[in-house]
Amino acid sequence: MNKRNKNIKDIVNPNQLLSRFNPRGFGALKFLLEKEFKQILRNKFLIRVIIFLPLIALSLLPMVANFEIKNNNLAVIDNDHSPSSSLFIRKIVSSGHFHLVSVRQNYNDALNDIEQDRADVILEIPAFFEKDLMTTYSAQVNVTANAVNAVKGALGSGYLMQIIHNFSNDLRSRFMAGNSKIQTPAFEIVPRYDFNPYLEYKFSMIPAIIMMILGMISGFLPALNIVGEKEKGTIEQMNVTPVGRFPVILSKLIPYWIIGFIVLTICFIVVWIIYDMVSVGGYLEIYLFATVFVLAFSGLGLIISNYANTIQQAMYLMFFFVINFIFLSGLYTPISSTPEWVQTMSLFSPLRYMIEALRSIYLKGSHFGDLWTKFAALVGFAVFFNLWAILSYRKKA
Amino acid sequence: MENVIEVNNLTKKFGSFTAVDHISFEVKQGEIFGFLGANGAGKTTAMRMLCGLLPSTSGKGLVAGYDINTQSEQVKRNIGYMSQKFALYEDLKVWENIRLYGGIYGVPEPQIVSKTNDLLKRLGFENERNTLVNSLPLGWKQKLAFSVAIFHEPKIVFLDEPTGGVDPITRRKFWELIYEATDRGITVFVTTHYMDEAEYCDRVSMMVDGHIEALDTPKNLKQMFHADTMNEVFQKLARKAQRSDS
Repeated sequence: MNKRNKNIKDIVNPNQLLSRFNPRGFGALKFLLEKEFKQILRNKFLIRVIIFLPLIALSLLPMVANFEIKNNNLAVIDNDHSPSSSLFIRKIVSSGHFHLVSVRQNYNDALNDIEQDRADVILEIPAFFEKDLMTTYSAQVNVTANAVNAVKGALGSGYLMQIIHNFSNDLRSRFMAGNSKIQTPAFEIVPRYDFNPYLEYKFSMIPAIIMMILGMISGFLPALNIVGEKEKGTIEQMNVTPVGRFPVILSKLIPYWIIGFIVLTICFIVVWIIYDMVSVGGYLEIYLFATVFVLAFSGLGLIISNYANTIQQAMYLMFFFVINFIFLSGLYTPISSTPEWVQTMSLFSPLRYMIEALRSIYLKGSHFGDLWTKFAALVGFAVFFNLWAILSYRKKA
Repeated sequence: MENVIEVNNLTKKFGSFTAVDHISFEVKQGEIFGFLGANGAGKTTAMRMLCGLLPSTSGKGLVAGYDINTQSEQVKRNIGYMSQKFALYEDLKVWENIRLYGGIYGVPEPQIVSKTNDLLKRLGFENERNTLVNSLPLGWKQKLAFSVAIFHEPKIVFLDEPTGGVDPITRRKFWELIYEATDRGITVFVTTHYMDEAEYCDRVSMMVDGHIEALDTPKNLKQMFHADTMNEVFQKLARKAQRSDS
């Protein structure tokens, strides 16, 4: 027995090994990273998620998450039948926002169109529309909108008023050219909605959706990976080794960091191909922001993985945070139009800072100097989440 | 011979439930120590405390000369562990699993390569070097898991029901690996439900309801309980259990 013992000590003397190699440190990290990358590359499901999630989300969501109303069905009651009224109607239809579905003789018939869901908006042009315009330089039109779909109704009538306003301006300038003394003709309608009807929602939605995808991928993947290891029991095997929690956590962060960059790059390529959209500002700044943003979300994923024991728990927890972060981020609703306490809450959504930053860089070409407060906020989130993740990682059950 | 494990009044409570109740024993270097008991007797809990996976409620434990409560990282450097669940990475190849754990325990890289070759040759796994672990049969997986657990030549290896779910011949082959390890001076601490395996142990402890009811060589235990086999010894002791499955 003695002889055998001596042999073992010759091969592996623990103290000698320790001085040469510190398993608590980063020697183990290399092996752990090797393992993670091999597993990721063999995981066909993961690779599909990385490619198809950005592709599908970016080709579908900007079309859906969109408050622009293109096909308002319009019913018209023209009681005037004058050149001015038909010019007016043609002007409305040619705007592209309206689809003329019916021309009715009376209001009740048109209302029936709305009730049957054939029309969204009714425009009633009164008799003597042209005459009034010519003599009193003003005329009244009656607009009725179906408000069952509140957004569509409000925006539909808004668009209509915008067009009416433009029409009245046209007339005004024509009359002005003829006789400067004549009082300016105008409709009595003042548009209640002051917005740009030609604003493309797509363009402000796309940067926000890119960041939503990036946040989800970099949050969900590490969380599910670690909890999956818990379920399989492999993490316990890891926990009886002398490897420290720092290398273990880094080995989970670094691969998903890289995946984050790949996903982001795929997103930009998809957006470029489908929407012919490129960033006005620098990509370097975008990736700089993304670096910190991904780190923050991965940190959140790690925290959740430390508290969840099953994949199901991790999924629910992650959804809870991600959905709240998304709705508080200003992705769908401008934060400034939410109640004040919600505005305060939105300060706790890392997604808010990232979406604001990307929209500014991508659409306006803002520079780092304009956005450093948002960057600082993201750094704060990243440090906070990852510190918590490291402190809450327990090698003991 | 020196003691590699010394346990004194070790206790683990989960709320009001005492899973392990003041157990004390020693394990000598190079022996095969069988840790037996019915389901729920507290075997796995005790083993997890010794491996530094679970903090103890009270009592003392020394493993490889280190205190399990205060020096768990040093304990971990000197032990190997094979859990009840097969816990190698199914989506890694055979050599990749060996390399991973070799690297984590700080075996220098050139040694990992040469030891991997030796190991695969000894196990007769040379053709499986590049096989993904999930496609190996269970008996092979268990052999591989054991070999990985002792790859870094620990002083002690803890085996938690290492041969669950395989036939007696495969079990027998697994035990040949255990004997090889003890020949190299590695102490083996093993839990099992198979009484034929209990016969293979140098000494056996019988745990009932969190206590150690008996601890001796299989031969002495059989004499003490007037039994022909370890199975009878187990039946006599386990019948007293209040919290077994039956």
